[in-house]
Amino acid sequence: MKEERKKRTLQLAFWTWTWVITLAMATFGPKILWAENNLLTALAIGINLANGIGMILANRKLFNHYDELERKIHLESMAFTLGASVVVGLSYSLIDQTNLINADAEIGFLVMFIGITYMLALLINRKRYL
Amino acid sequence: MKNRVQELRKAKGLTQEQLGEIIGVSRQTINAIEKEKFDPSLPTAFKMAEIFNLPIEQFFFFTKD
Repeated sequence: MKEERKKRTLQLAFWTWTWVITLAMATFGPKILWAENNLLTALAIGINLANGIGMILANRKLFNHYDELERKIHLESMAFTLGASVVVGLSYSLIDQTNLINADAEIGFLVMFIGITYMLALLINRKRYL
Repeated sequence: MKNRVQELRKAKGLTQEQLGEIIGVSRQTINAIEKEKFDPSLPTAFKMAEIFNLPIEQFFFFTKD
């Protein structure tokens, strides 16, 4: 059981890191590496998308290995994160649309918010149940 | 829900790790059940009943609060 968990966690780590690397390539590659060549940019985005799908499947595979309490902890954390992200995301978009902030509302901030919220929710729920 | 899982597990001479291994959950989950922080699913309760050789209602007790 522990060996299988380790294997699935490592698979998820592999897909996550390759996704991060291909995302960085697709983001900075057009300017730094291939001088805005559209074909290479499309290829980089396609590879990143395929990597993202691999990451999602690896995450599902790991999730399916969790026992009932671990699933409960993760599902409760995801539910809270989803709700908080919709509410905060829309408020963030509104302050941009109404020009309360000078800069544009960037999706990166929302992704960061989702990550931090999920991590905190996991920590709190683990403390509650474990 | 109240339970006698810890008492029955110890009577069987099992560690939390061993009981978890047998029924397919983690040691932490067994610990959470024993501390009554988490109520297990029916399949898990039935697996425990098989190990303890007792009907479920003799070691899980429903409480309204």
